Amino acid sequence: MLLIECPYCGTRDESEFSYGGEAHNARPADPDALTDEQWADYIFYRQNPKGLHRELWNHSSGCRRWFNAIRDTVSYKFQCVYKIEDPRPELAEANTTISAGEKS
Amino acid sequence: MKRRANGGRVDRSKPINFTFEGKPYQGFQGDTIASALLANGVKLIGRSWKYHRPRGVVGDGAEEPNAIFQVEQGALTIPNVRGTQAQIYHGMIVNSTNAWPNVNFDVMSVFGLFSRFLPAGFYYKTFMWPQKFWMAYEHIIRQASGLGESPKELDPDHYEKTNAHCDVLVVGSGPSGLMAALAAGRSGARVMIADEQEELGGRLLSSRAIINGKPAADWADDVIAELGRIANVTIIPRATVFGYHDANFLTIAERLTDHLAPRERRGARERVWRVRAKQVVLATGAHERPIVFANNDRPGVMLASAASTYTNRYGVKLADKAIVFTNNDSAYQTAIDLKNAGASVVTLVDSRAEAGIPVDDVKAAGVIVVTACAVVNVIGKAAVIAAEIRNISGDGKSISGALQRIDCDLVATSGGWNPAIHLFSQSGGKAVWNDDKACFETGAVVQQQTSVGAANASFALDDCLTEGAAAGSAAAKAAGFDAPDFSVRVPTSDAPGETSLEPLWRVPTDGFPGLGPKAFVDPQNDVGVSDIYLAAREGFESIEHVKRYTALGFGTDQGKMGNISGMAILSEALGNKISDTGTTTFRPNYTPVTFGAIAGPDVGNTLSDPVRKTAMHTWHQENGALFEDVGQWKRPWYFPLERETIHQAVDRECLAVRSSVGIMDASTLGKIEIIGKDAGDFLNIIYTNAWKKLGINCARYGFMLGEDGMVMDDGVTVRLAEDRYFMHTTTGGAATVLSWMELWLQTEWPELEVYLTSVTDHWATAALAGPNSRKVVSAVVEGIDFDKEAFPFMTSREGFIGGVAVRVNRISFSGELCFEVNVNANYGRFVWQQLMLAGEEFNITPYGTEAMHVLRAEKGYVIVGQDTDGSVTPTDLGMSWALSKAKDFLGKRSLARVDTMREDRKQLVGLLTDDPNEVLQEGAQVVNQPSEDTPLPMLGHVTSSYRSACVGRSIALALVKGGHRRMGETVYVTTDDGRFVAAQISPTVFIDPNGEKQHV
Ligand SMILES: [Zn+2]
Repeated sequence: MLLIECPYCGTRDESEFSYGGEAHNARPADPDALTDEQWADYIFYRQNPKGLHRELWNHSSGCRRWFNAIRDTVSYKFQCVYKIEDPRPELAEANTTISAGEKS
Repeated sequence: MKRRANGGRVDRSKPINFTFEGKPYQGFQGDTIASALLANGVKLIGRSWKYHRPRGVVGDGAEEPNAIFQVEQGALTIPNVRGTQAQIYHGMIVNSTNAWPNVNFDVMSVFGLFSRFLPAGFYYKTFMWPQKFWMAYEHIIRQASGLGESPKELDPDHYEKTNAHCDVLVVGSGPSGLMAALAAGRSGARVMIADEQEELGGRLLSSRAIINGKPAADWADDVIAELGRIANVTIIPRATVFGYHDANFLTIAERLTDHLAPRERRGARERVWRVRAKQVVLATGAHERPIVFANNDRPGVMLASAASTYTNRYGVKLADKAIVFTNNDSAYQTAIDLKNAGASVVTLVDSRAEAGIPVDDVKAAGVIVVTACAVVNVIGKAAVIAAEIRNISGDGKSISGALQRIDCDLVATSGGWNPAIHLFSQSGGKAVWNDDKACFETGAVVQQQTSVGAANASFALDDCLTEGAAAGSAAAKAAGFDAPDFSVRVPTSDAPGETSLEPLWRVPTDGFPGLGPKAFVDPQNDVGVSDIYLAAREGFESIEHVKRYTALGFGTDQGKMGNISGMAILSEALGNKISDTGTTTFRPNYTPVTFGAIAGPDVGNTLSDPVRKTAMHTWHQENGALFEDVGQWKRPWYFPLERETIHQAVDRECLAVRSSVGIMDASTLGKIEIIGKDAGDFLNIIYTNAWKKLGINCARYGFMLGEDGMVMDDGVTVRLAEDRYFMHTTTGGAATVLSWMELWLQTEWPELEVYLTSVTDHWATAALAGPNSRKVVSAVVEGIDFDKEAFPFMTSREGFIGGVAVRVNRISFSGELCFEVNVNANYGRFVWQQLMLAGEEFNITPYGTEAMHVLRAEKGYVIVGQDTDGSVTPTDLGMSWALSKAKDFLGKRSLARVDTMREDRKQLVGLLTDDPNEVLQEGAQVVNQPSEDTPLPMLGHVTSSYRSACVGRSIALALVKGGHRRMGETVYVTTDDGRFVAAQISPTVFIDPNGEKQHV
């Protein structure tokens, strides 16, 4: 079970959190101006990278605040967490050599 | 008796009586089931699952494949207990797991005669196809392959869980674990040390080595005593660390009472520790591996280390004439142990050309030593009576020379050691092959952790002690305990150095590998050399596939003894390097964990989910309600009068609402207060319709869509004040809707000043519906003018009942005149009773969810999640009127996608069966024409279907392709007895189509 740092409460067990998918998927300002493809890209399509991933987490059994995190989808390690209004930190070098997630 | 007069750690002054397979036996305090049976001369302890060959004890720990027992009977029975680890107690009832009808006469051993016809993949090939044959075989197979029986009665025991944090968690208490705990403990760090055995000490308890001038076991006792005196050290005995998860989170199953007779057990049976450790020291030791040869599964063939354990730790005289067969030095001590324990002849057969370092000690003890030889076969069925020896080449690839038969009653084998890297692997680390030591060892470390001693492929006793001490100190230091004045002097032992082993996985055969009598790699699953070669011949190359094809490593032992040998033999068969073949994945649990331990205090609850009850729940109970689970809620389903069927009760409840007045508990609807100056703007984007112009004390129905345009939730929201709204959600959707709105407020529109508060449990709600409802509320509510003009439909008013403040909403989910009375939940039952009293003269009738469903279906009102399924838009429901054209809302753009505008989408329609008595099945498929031809194009399915007393016939709602344009057409609906029922597509509103009744 991961340890996750809530930017408001501190480090807590993973079981207190829920996952919210890819972060920074901003709602288009004028949906009607978009083609079906552009709109579909916003609703359905996600990066799903192997490696570092900016994603949304919610401290759902705690303060109920949403926040952003950069997490390695291979090692599950969190690079950092940051508040919704914070500037986006740079991605560190992804550590994709560890294959804890590659279970057969 | 095979018990020596003295020696070992059993207490000969405390005899213990137990039964095995119904026969009485006696052991001593300190015995395991396995040691006690061996001390009684019982060699045959079970049958193998596939061929039902006789089997005996092989190991002395978690790796044991054969000594797997069913302990106790009835509710207390435990399957698959490892007899090598379970301690005996007075009156213990032990049975074999794999014998039917009993261990000595086994009808299924006939399978063994046909072993040629039961090769690897047999189960796949025979039973997977055609499927119907499986039904015929299943019964006999299950009985034959018994791997224990779970209790059929409720578990009478209870279980607990403990959450703990520590600086250093040490797993295992052999030489390296004890030193690690001591070093870390002296530094002041919070240390936990867990060991799976009955006693701490690990292999030191079986060892005859001298440490710091003391017998190893005595030295261990001293260290354990010191650990017990250190306040910051927690010792968890009889505790298996069974899982190593992310961020140094480890789970430990501590067995509190299994070693006691049932009548002596007090308190919880097991405790699961959930430990977050800053540092972990894995001192999990190693498992000895056998050398594989023909008939190596006969009772009497044992691991050399186990032979030493039973001899030294349990004082068992295992053999009169013993053979020790090895490719390394560690088994030399076993030869000495057996000779010292009184064996008349001990022959050490070393496959290497040169004998090992301790050869002079071995000879001095009177052991005969032969080199460059191998045991090729053993003779004897229920017990070993002789072994056959031949010469083996230096590379281990061929055998030659004459067969030499040596009489013996024990063959102790050692093919080397496999570090127990299970927990390391679970932590995310990869195993790497060490060619020099011929074993898989730990690769790069992923978490805050160190492996030490045998777990780190350092098998020599002095290395274990040194590494343990260093790792303990380093772990404490890393956890912040850097006191300069603590130190641990590393003890030294008299253990001799070792020459390296010569890898020998299986003894070669003349001719094709695996030819001749079966040579077992994984005895618990009856996987032999020939099966692995067969898998390779049939094209399997991945060890993961071979595992599944042969069942290698699938048993309760998870292949702890045989897996690595199996991988090595597969490499040989494929002509690969072992490092390329790799290992299978090590997964939790290390050894099986009972469901009770995992469930913990929740054992005995049908669901661990909490149960939610409304404020009126006790009234419903007292008045005969039957309940329905809706999410976590208990809702009254219907209120049957004496001898009433569900249909009679629901018909009566529905007619009461339509003709006079009914009352329903609507407290479970989700309720969220939305407060703030931007609340109206927020609702405008969350809901599909417009909210800003809604007057104070007015109510409006709204749809909530996902951004994909599909209906997510619905409900009525009331504006209580300029900046205050009261939202209703569906009963099941309350939590989802709250999270959904929080997500948007926090991530997309943080500038909006809106506060959300869940108030579902704060309010109790009674809905009064029916033409007489106004009379009832008028009689009992003070402070509200219920006149039709003064209190119109879709508005809200505040008043009092018996001095208690209530808010009454005039909304309707039945199409009737309806008033929903909301009150502080603490007064819920009181208000309900006042309403019942006031309604007496109108025969007010409580109704449940079933009648509510019928009433709303008669009016075509949808239930989100029943008539919708996440692929349905408001337009599909025929409710485009709820979609604002003037503003944006979540999901709006999706409603203009090509796909959501298709006219042949599944649309909600009514269905009226030609036979008015036919009630369609919910979920039944709708088709154009009845036909035997398949595939039959599906038009959709029935979402709601009832017998309606008010309409006087059956009614149904269905999602049908292009249904809105097919009014009046006939379609057919399937039934589960294979019929097609004709039905006409109709509007969804079956009564009062103009909605006049709710406006009266
Ligand atoms: Zn928080």
